[in-house]
Amino acid sequence: MTTTSFAHNQWYVAAYGSEIGRELFTRTICGESILFWRTEAGEVTAMADRCVHRRFPLSEKPSRLDGDTVVCGYHGFTYGADGVCVSVPGQKRVPRTARLTSYPVKEQDSFVWVWIGDKDKADESLIPRAPWLDSPDYTTVCGMEPLAARYGLLVDNLLDLSHETYLHGGYIGTPEVADTPITTEVDEKAGVVYVSRHMDDAACPPFYAKSTGITGRITRWQDIEYHAPCLYLLHSRIAPVGAPGPNADGGDPDAFHVEVVYAITPETETSTHDFWAVARDFALEDQEVSDFLWENNRTVVLQDVVALNRLEQVIASEPAGTQELSINIDTGGLAARRILKRMVEAGTAASTAAEPAAAVR
Amino acid sequence: MSPQPTTMLNGDGVYRIVWVPGTDRLRGWCWCGESRESEDPVELWASLLAHPDEHPGRGTAPAPGPAPTKLVGA
Repeated sequence: MTTTSFAHNQWYVAAYGSEIGRELFTRTICGESILFWRTEAGEVTAMADRCVHRRFPLSEKPSRLDGDTVVCGYHGFTYGADGVCVSVPGQKRVPRTARLTSYPVKEQDSFVWVWIGDKDKADESLIPRAPWLDSPDYTTVCGMEPLAARYGLLVDNLLDLSHETYLHGGYIGTPEVADTPITTEVDEKAGVVYVSRHMDDAACPPFYAKSTGITGRITRWQDIEYHAPCLYLLHSRIAPVGAPGPNADGGDPDAFHVEVVYAITPETETSTHDFWAVARDFALEDQEVSDFLWENNRTVVLQDVVALNRLEQVIASEPAGTQELSINIDTGGLAARRILKRMVEAGTAASTAAEPAAAVR
Repeated sequence: MSPQPTTMLNGDGVYRIVWVPGTDRLRGWCWCGESRESEDPVELWASLLAHPDEHPGRGTAPAPGPAPTKLVGA
Protein backbone atom coordinates (compact mmCIF):
# COMPACT_ATOMS: atom_id res chain seq x y z
CA MET A 1 0.00 0.00 0.00
CA THR A 2 1.18 3.49 -0.77
CA THR A 3 0.36 6.04 1.88
CA THR A 4 -0.20 9.53 0.54
CA SER A 5 -1.52 12.81 1.82
CA PHE A 6 -4.30 12.73 -0.78
CA ALA A 7 -7.91 12.12 0.14
CA HIS A 8 -9.13 9.21 -1.98
CA ASN A 9 -12.75 8.46 -2.77
CA GLN A 10 -13.33 12.12 -3.55
CA TRP A 11 -14.23 14.25 -6.56
CA TYR A 12 -11.64 16.70 -7.87
CA VAL A 13 -11.71 19.35 -10.57
CA ALA A 14 -9.46 18.07 -13.36
CA ALA A 15 -9.97 20.82 -15.93
CA TYR A 16 -12.29 23.39 -17.36
CA GLY A 17 -14.62 21.82 -19.88
CA SER A 18 -13.22 24.23 -22.46
CA GLU A 19 -9.78 22.64 -22.11
CA ILE A 20 -10.91 19.25 -23.35
CA GLY A 21 -11.82 18.61 -26.95
CA ARG A 22 -10.79 16.33 -29.78
CA GLU A 23 -7.13 16.56 -28.86
CA LEU A 24 -5.54 14.25 -26.30
CA PHE A 25 -5.16 16.10 -22.99
CA THR A 26 -3.28 14.97 -19.92
CA ARG A 27 -3.22 16.14 -16.34
CA THR A 28 -1.88 14.53 -13.18
CA ILE A 29 -4.44 14.40 -10.36
CA CYS A 30 -3.45 13.11 -6.92
CA GLY A 31 -0.35 11.53 -8.43
CA GLU A 32 -2.28 9.72 -11.19
CA SER A 33 -1.56 10.64 -14.82
CA ILE A 34 -4.91 10.79 -16.53
CA LEU A 35 -5.75 11.10 -20.23
CA PHE A 36 -8.83 13.12 -21.14
CA TRP A 37 -10.57 13.48 -24.48
CA ARG A 38 -14.02 14.11 -25.89
CA THR A 39 -15.85 11.46 -27.89
CA GLU A 40 -17.42 12.33 -31.22
CA ALA A 41 -20.70 12.67 -29.32
CA GLY A 42 -19.09 15.30 -27.07
CA GLU A 43 -18.75 13.27 -23.87
CA VAL A 44 -15.62 13.73 -21.78
CA THR A 45 -13.82 10.49 -21.05
CA ALA A 46 -10.90 9.81 -18.70
CA MET A 47 -8.45 6.92 -18.51
CA ALA A 48 -4.90 6.18 -17.41
CA ASP A 49 -2.36 7.99 -19.56
CA ARG A 50 -0.08 4.96 -19.86
CA CYS A 51 -0.30 2.21 -22.45
CA VAL A 52 -0.59 -1.18 -20.73
CA HIS A 53 2.04 -2.58 -23.06
CA ARG A 54 5.22 -0.60 -22.36
CA ARG A 55 3.82 2.36 -20.39
CA PHE A 56 4.15 4.87 -23.22
CA PRO A 57 2.10 8.02 -22.45
CA LEU A 58 -0.96 8.02 -24.65
CA SER A 59 -0.99 11.82 -24.57
CA GLU A 60 2.43 11.84 -26.24
CA LYS A 61 2.69 12.21 -29.98
CA PRO A 62 2.51 10.32 -32.25
CA SER A 63 -0.31 8.80 -30.15
CA ARG A 64 -3.59 10.00 -31.62
CA LEU A 65 -7.34 9.88 -31.61
CA ASP A 66 -8.99 7.81 -34.34
CA GLY A 67 -12.74 8.30 -34.11
CA ASP A 68 -13.66 7.15 -30.61
CA THR A 69 -10.42 5.22 -30.07
CA VAL A 70 -6.94 6.16 -28.91
CA VAL A 71 -4.00 4.68 -30.80
CA CYS A 72 -0.73 4.41 -28.88
CA GLY A 73 2.04 6.14 -30.78
CA TYR A 74 4.63 3.52 -29.81
CA HIS A 75 3.24 0.10 -30.93
CA GLY A 76 -0.34 0.81 -31.94
CA PHE A 77 -2.31 -0.62 -29.01
CA THR A 78 -5.78 0.83 -29.52
CA TYR A 79 -8.30 1.62 -26.78
CA GLY A 80 -11.98 2.51 -26.77
CA ALA A 81 -13.66 5.29 -24.80
CA ASP A 82 -14.14 2.88 -21.88
CA GLY A 83 -10.39 2.17 -21.76
CA VAL A 84 -10.71 -1.38 -23.05
CA CYS A 85 -8.10 -2.39 -25.62
CA VAL A 86 -9.74 -3.24 -28.94
CA SER A 87 -6.71 -4.11 -31.00
CA VAL A 88 -3.03 -4.96 -30.65
CA PRO A 89 -0.44 -5.18 -33.43
CA GLY A 90 0.29 -8.41 -35.30
CA GLN A 91 -2.24 -10.73 -33.64
CA LYS A 92 -5.98 -11.23 -33.46
CA ARG A 93 -6.23 -12.12 -29.76
CA VAL A 94 -6.39 -9.12 -27.47
CA PRO A 95 -5.19 -10.07 -23.98
CA ARG A 96 -8.03 -10.03 -21.50
CA THR A 97 -6.13 -7.75 -19.11
CA ALA A 98 -5.42 -5.16 -21.81
CA ARG A 99 -7.49 -2.32 -20.43
CA LEU A 100 -6.69 1.10 -19.08
CA THR A 101 -7.97 2.17 -15.69
CA SER A 102 -10.94 4.40 -16.45
CA TYR A 103 -12.16 7.22 -14.22
CA PRO A 104 -15.69 8.42 -13.52
CA VAL A 105 -16.07 11.98 -14.83
CA LYS A 106 -18.80 14.59 -14.61
CA GLU A 107 -19.00 17.89 -16.45
CA GLN A 108 -20.74 20.47 -14.28
CA ASP A 109 -20.61 24.23 -13.67
CA SER A 110 -17.94 24.62 -16.41
CA PHE A 111 -15.60 22.16 -14.65
CA VAL A 112 -14.68 18.58 -15.46
CA TRP A 113 -14.75 16.62 -12.21
CA VAL A 114 -12.93 13.33 -11.86
CA TRP A 115 -13.38 10.71 -9.15
CA ILE A 116 -10.17 9.52 -7.53
CA GLY A 117 -10.72 6.27 -5.67
CA ASP A 118 -12.95 3.22 -5.74
CA LYS A 119 -15.18 3.53 -8.81
CA ASP A 120 -18.07 1.80 -7.09
CA LYS A 121 -18.26 4.65 -4.60
CA ALA A 122 -18.44 7.46 -7.18
CA ASP A 123 -21.69 9.32 -6.48
CA GLU A 124 -22.27 12.38 -8.67
CA SER A 125 -24.65 13.85 -6.12
CA LEU A 126 -21.67 14.43 -3.83
CA ILE A 127 -20.10 16.97 -6.20
CA PRO A 128 -20.45 20.47 -4.70
CA ARG A 129 -21.92 23.13 -6.93
CA ALA A 130 -20.66 26.46 -8.29
CA PRO A 131 -23.65 27.41 -10.44
CA TRP A 132 -22.55 30.99 -11.12
CA LEU A 133 -19.76 29.90 -13.43
CA ASP A 134 -22.05 29.04 -16.33
CA SER A 135 -25.10 31.07 -15.32
CA PRO A 136 -26.44 33.67 -17.78
CA ASP A 137 -26.97 35.98 -14.80
CA TYR A 138 -23.22 36.21 -14.16
CA THR A 139 -20.13 36.99 -16.19
CA THR A 140 -17.09 34.92 -15.31
CA VAL A 141 -13.35 35.26 -15.83
CA CYS A 142 -11.14 32.33 -14.91
CA GLY A 143 -7.75 30.71 -15.10
CA MET A 144 -5.47 28.09 -13.61
CA GLU A 145 -2.02 28.60 -12.17
CA PRO A 146 0.41 25.80 -11.34
CA LEU A 147 1.51 25.87 -7.73
CA ALA A 148 4.78 24.23 -6.64
CA ALA A 149 3.47 23.63 -3.14
CA ARG A 150 1.37 21.03 -1.34
CA TYR A 151 -2.36 21.61 -1.59
CA GLY A 152 -2.73 22.07 2.17
CA LEU A 153 -0.85 25.35 1.97
CA LEU A 154 -3.42 26.73 -0.46
CA VAL A 155 -6.25 25.55 1.80
CA ASP A 156 -4.61 27.37 4.73
CA ASN A 157 -4.19 30.47 2.59
CA LEU A 158 -7.77 30.65 1.36
CA LEU A 159 -9.42 29.84 4.68
CA ASP A 160 -7.73 32.82 6.34
CA LEU A 161 -8.32 35.95 4.31
CA SER A 162 -6.63 38.22 6.84
CA HIS A 163 -3.53 37.69 4.69
CA GLU A 164 -5.16 39.91 2.05
CA THR A 165 -4.20 42.93 4.11
CA TYR A 166 -0.49 42.11 3.91
CA LEU A 167 0.10 39.97 0.84
CA HIS A 168 -2.46 41.64 -1.41
CA GLY A 169 -2.43 45.24 -0.22
CA GLY A 170 -3.28 47.60 -3.08
CA TYR A 171 -5.33 44.90 -4.83
CA ILE A 172 -7.95 43.27 -2.58
CA GLY A 173 -6.49 43.92 0.86
CA THR A 174 -7.38 46.78 3.20
CA PRO A 175 -6.68 47.13 6.94
CA GLU A 176 -10.23 46.17 7.88
CA VAL A 177 -9.89 42.61 6.62
CA ALA A 178 -7.24 41.64 9.15
CA ASP A 179 -8.92 43.73 11.85
CA THR A 180 -12.40 42.21 11.64
CA PRO A 181 -13.26 39.13 13.72
CA ILE A 182 -14.63 36.01 12.07
CA THR A 183 -17.29 33.45 12.80
CA THR A 184 -16.52 29.85 11.90
CA GLU A 185 -18.90 26.95 11.43
CA VAL A 186 -18.01 23.36 10.72
CA ASP A 187 -20.11 20.46 9.58
CA GLU A 188 -17.69 17.62 10.18
CA LYS A 189 -19.95 15.01 8.65
CA ALA A 190 -20.53 16.94 5.43
CA GLY A 191 -16.92 18.13 5.25
CA VAL A 192 -17.88 21.80 5.04
CA VAL A 193 -16.23 24.79 6.71
CA TYR A 194 -17.93 28.20 6.68
CA VAL A 195 -16.00 31.33 7.65
CA SER A 196 -17.81 34.63 7.80
CA ARG A 197 -16.27 38.09 8.03
CA HIS A 198 -18.64 41.05 7.77
CA MET A 199 -17.08 44.51 7.58
CA ASP A 200 -19.61 47.26 8.22
CA ASP A 201 -17.47 50.22 7.16
CA ALA A 202 -14.34 49.49 5.18
CA ALA A 203 -12.11 51.07 2.57
CA CYS A 204 -12.92 49.90 -0.95
CA PRO A 205 -9.88 48.16 -2.47
CA PRO A 206 -9.03 48.84 -6.13
CA PHE A 207 -10.31 45.38 -7.15
CA TYR A 208 -13.85 46.43 -6.24
CA ALA A 209 -13.61 50.21 -6.70
CA LYS A 210 -12.63 49.94 -10.36
CA SER A 211 -15.03 47.12 -11.19
CA THR A 212 -18.13 48.49 -9.43
CA GLY A 213 -17.47 52.23 -9.71
CA ILE A 214 -17.97 52.75 -5.95
CA THR A 215 -15.84 55.67 -4.80
CA GLY A 216 -16.54 55.81 -1.05
CA ARG A 217 -16.40 53.39 1.84
CA ILE A 218 -18.19 50.08 1.67
CA THR A 219 -19.95 47.36 3.54
CA ARG A 220 -17.93 44.29 2.65
CA TRP A 221 -18.99 40.76 3.46
CA GLN A 222 -16.77 37.77 2.92
CA ASP A 223 -18.46 34.43 3.39
CA ILE A 224 -16.28 31.43 2.71
CA GLU A 225 -17.77 28.04 2.03
CA TYR A 226 -15.14 25.31 1.72
CA HIS A 227 -16.29 21.91 0.56
CA ALA A 228 -13.33 19.71 1.33
CA PRO A 229 -11.22 18.64 -0.30
CA CYS A 230 -11.48 20.54 -3.58
CA LEU A 231 -14.05 23.33 -3.89
CA TYR A 232 -13.74 26.74 -2.26
CA LEU A 233 -16.39 29.43 -2.64
CA LEU A 234 -16.04 33.02 -1.48
CA HIS A 235 -19.36 34.86 -1.54
CA SER A 236 -18.34 38.50 -1.67
CA ARG A 237 -20.97 41.20 -1.12
CA ILE A 238 -20.03 44.84 -1.72
CA ALA A 239 -22.32 47.83 -1.12
CA PRO A 240 -21.86 51.52 -0.34
CA VAL A 241 -22.04 52.20 3.39
CA GLY A 242 -25.66 52.98 4.26
CA ALA A 243 -27.19 50.98 1.41
CA PRO A 244 -30.05 48.65 2.42
CA GLY A 245 -29.17 45.06 3.26
CA PRO A 246 -30.54 41.94 1.60
CA ASN A 247 -34.29 41.48 1.47
CA ALA A 248 -36.03 38.78 3.44
CA ASP A 249 -36.73 36.91 0.19
CA GLY A 250 -33.01 36.73 -0.61
CA GLY A 251 -33.03 39.54 -3.16
CA ASP A 252 -30.25 42.09 -2.75
CA PRO A 253 -30.62 44.80 -5.41
CA ASP A 254 -28.49 47.41 -3.65
CA ALA A 255 -25.31 45.37 -3.53
CA PHE A 256 -22.73 44.03 -5.95
CA HIS A 257 -22.01 40.32 -5.75
CA VAL A 258 -18.83 38.55 -6.72
CA GLU A 259 -18.51 34.80 -6.41
CA VAL A 260 -14.86 33.86 -6.20
CA VAL A 261 -14.37 30.15 -6.82
CA TYR A 262 -11.23 28.10 -6.36
CA ALA A 263 -10.69 24.45 -7.10
CA ILE A 264 -7.75 23.10 -5.13
CA THR A 265 -6.60 19.96 -6.89
CA PRO A 266 -3.48 18.12 -5.78
CA GLU A 267 -1.14 17.24 -8.64
CA THR A 268 1.64 15.56 -6.66
CA GLU A 269 2.57 15.54 -2.99
CA THR A 270 4.20 18.95 -3.44
CA SER A 271 2.35 20.57 -6.34
CA THR A 272 -1.19 21.75 -6.91
CA HIS A 273 -3.50 22.89 -9.69
CA ASP A 274 -4.82 26.28 -8.56
CA PHE A 275 -8.05 26.84 -10.53
CA TRP A 276 -9.62 30.25 -9.97
CA ALA A 277 -12.74 31.97 -11.24
CA VAL A 278 -14.43 35.30 -10.57
CA ALA A 279 -18.14 35.56 -11.38
CA ARG A 280 -19.99 38.89 -11.06
CA ASP A 281 -23.61 39.95 -11.28
CA PHE A 282 -22.94 43.46 -12.59
CA ALA A 283 -21.46 45.05 -15.72
CA LEU A 284 -22.21 41.77 -17.44
CA GLU A 285 -21.39 42.98 -20.94
CA ASP A 286 -18.49 45.24 -20.03
CA GLN A 287 -15.33 43.74 -21.51
CA GLU A 288 -13.14 46.32 -19.78
CA VAL A 289 -14.40 45.14 -16.40
CA SER A 290 -13.80 41.52 -17.43
CA ASP A 291 -10.26 42.32 -18.56
CA PHE A 292 -9.57 44.24 -15.35
CA LEU A 293 -10.89 41.49 -13.06
CA TRP A 294 -9.00 38.79 -14.96
CA GLU A 295 -5.72 40.68 -14.82
CA ASN A 296 -6.18 41.80 -11.22
CA ASN A 297 -7.28 38.44 -9.83
CA ARG A 298 -4.52 36.62 -11.70
CA THR A 299 -2.03 39.04 -10.16
CA VAL A 300 -3.43 38.26 -6.71
CA VAL A 301 -3.29 34.51 -7.37
CA LEU A 302 0.31 34.82 -8.54
CA GLN A 303 1.19 36.74 -5.37
CA ASP A 304 -0.09 33.71 -3.44
CA VAL A 305 1.78 31.34 -5.76
CA VAL A 306 5.10 33.11 -5.16
CA ALA A 307 4.57 33.12 -1.39
CA LEU A 308 3.38 29.50 -1.17
CA ASN A 309 6.12 28.20 -3.46
CA ARG A 310 8.64 29.76 -1.11
CA LEU A 311 6.80 28.39 1.93
CA GLU A 312 6.89 24.90 0.42
CA GLN A 313 10.67 25.13 0.13
CA VAL A 314 10.92 26.13 3.77
CA ILE A 315 8.59 23.39 5.02
CA ALA A 316 10.34 20.75 2.90
CA SER A 317 13.65 21.74 4.49
CA GLU A 318 12.37 21.42 8.06
CA PRO A 319 11.65 18.29 10.10
CA ALA A 320 8.04 17.11 9.90
CA GLY A 321 5.96 18.48 12.74
CA THR A 322 8.02 21.63 13.24
CA GLN A 323 6.13 23.85 15.68
CA GLU A 324 3.67 26.43 14.34
CA LEU A 325 1.61 28.96 16.23
CA SER A 326 -2.11 29.38 15.57
CA ILE A 327 -4.25 32.33 16.64
CA ASN A 328 -7.88 33.36 16.26
CA ILE A 329 -7.63 34.06 12.50
CA ASP A 330 -6.70 30.39 11.98
CA THR A 331 -9.94 28.97 13.37
CA GLY A 332 -11.32 28.08 9.93
CA GLY A 333 -8.04 26.78 8.57
CA LEU A 334 -7.59 24.50 11.57
CA ALA A 335 -11.06 23.06 11.00
CA ALA A 336 -10.25 22.43 7.34
CA ARG A 337 -7.05 20.63 8.30
CA ARG A 338 -8.93 18.32 10.65
CA ILE A 339 -11.50 17.45 7.99
CA LEU A 340 -8.81 16.81 5.38
CA LYS A 341 -6.90 14.59 7.79
CA ARG A 342 -10.03 12.57 8.43
CA MET A 343 -10.74 12.28 4.69
CA VAL A 344 -7.19 11.13 3.97
CA GLU A 345 -7.41 8.50 6.71
CA ALA A 346 -10.80 7.27 5.50
CA GLY A 347 -9.59 6.97 1.90
CA THR A 348 -6.44 5.16 2.97
CA ALA A 349 -8.38 2.72 5.15
CA ALA A 350 -10.80 1.97 2.30
CA SER A 351 -8.00 1.32 -0.19
CA THR A 352 -6.20 -0.94 2.29
CA ALA A 353 -9.34 -2.99 2.81
CA ALA A 354 -9.93 -3.29 -0.93
CA GLU A 355 -6.35 -4.04 -1.92
CA PRO A 356 -5.81 -7.42 -3.63
CA ALA A 357 -3.26 -9.76 -2.07
CA ALA A 358 -0.83 -9.73 -4.96
CA ALA A 359 -0.95 -8.94 -8.63
CA VAL A 360 0.46 -11.68 -10.86
CA ARG A 361 0.71 -11.15 -14.57
CA MET B 1 -17.24 46.73 13.77
CA SER B 2 -18.92 43.65 15.19
CA PRO B 3 -19.11 40.19 13.68
CA GLN B 4 -22.49 38.77 12.89
CA PRO B 5 -22.91 35.42 14.67
CA THR B 6 -23.98 33.85 11.39
CA THR B 7 -25.54 30.44 11.34
CA MET B 8 -25.29 29.24 7.77
CA LEU B 9 -24.79 25.50 8.07
CA ASN B 10 -27.84 23.50 9.00
CA GLY B 11 -26.55 19.95 9.42
CA ASP B 12 -27.28 18.12 12.66
CA GLY B 13 -23.63 18.05 13.70
CA VAL B 14 -22.45 21.65 13.25
CA TYR B 15 -19.79 23.13 15.51
CA ARG B 16 -19.59 26.92 15.74
CA ILE B 17 -16.88 29.27 16.97
CA VAL B 18 -17.50 32.99 17.34
CA TRP B 19 -14.79 35.56 17.99
CA VAL B 20 -16.26 37.37 21.00
CA PRO B 21 -16.76 41.04 20.01
CA GLY B 22 -14.31 43.44 21.58
CA THR B 23 -12.08 40.71 22.98
CA ASP B 24 -9.38 38.30 21.89
CA ARG B 25 -11.44 35.36 23.09
CA LEU B 26 -13.30 32.70 21.15
CA ARG B 27 -16.55 31.06 22.18
CA GLY B 28 -17.28 27.66 20.71
CA TRP B 29 -20.49 25.67 20.64
CA CYS B 30 -20.76 21.94 20.30
CA TRP B 31 -23.65 20.80 18.09
CA CYS B 32 -25.41 19.72 21.31
CA GLY B 33 -25.64 23.33 22.47
CA GLU B 34 -22.93 23.28 25.13
CA SER B 35 -20.39 26.07 24.83
CA ARG B 36 -17.01 27.02 26.20
CA GLU B 37 -14.52 29.87 25.82
CA SER B 38 -10.82 29.90 25.05
CA GLU B 39 -8.05 32.14 23.75
CA ASP B 40 -6.53 29.33 21.71
CA PRO B 41 -8.33 27.95 18.63
CA VAL B 42 -6.30 24.73 18.71
CA GLU B 43 -7.32 24.05 22.29
CA LEU B 44 -10.92 25.05 21.59
CA TRP B 45 -11.31 22.76 18.58
CA ALA B 46 -9.72 19.91 20.52
CA SER B 47 -12.10 20.37 23.44
CA LEU B 48 -15.17 20.72 21.21
CA LEU B 49 -14.37 17.65 19.18
CA ALA B 50 -13.49 15.66 22.28
CA HIS B 51 -16.77 16.60 23.92
CA PRO B 52 -17.94 13.42 25.67
CA ASP B 53 -20.38 11.27 23.75
CA GLU B 54 -23.05 11.84 26.31
CA HIS B 55 -25.24 13.99 24.13
CA PRO B 56 -28.98 13.45 24.04
CA GLY B 57 -28.59 12.55 20.36
CA ARG B 58 -27.85 14.42 17.17
CA GLY B 59 -30.55 16.83 16.19
CA THR B 60 -32.41 16.75 19.47
CA ALA B 61 -30.63 19.61 21.20
CA PRO B 62 -31.46 23.24 20.44
CA ALA B 63 -29.06 24.82 18.00
CA PRO B 64 -27.23 27.84 19.37
CA GLY B 65 -27.94 31.20 17.81
CA PRO B 66 -30.54 32.16 15.22
CA ALA B 67 -31.98 29.70 12.72
CA PRO B 68 -29.74 28.76 9.83
CA THR B 69 -30.38 30.50 6.53
CA LYS B 70 -29.11 28.82 3.40
CA LEU B 71 -26.04 27.07 2.15
CA VAL B 72 -25.55 28.41 -1.32
CA GLY B 73 -23.11 25.96 -2.77
CA ALA B 74 -24.58 22.78 -1.34
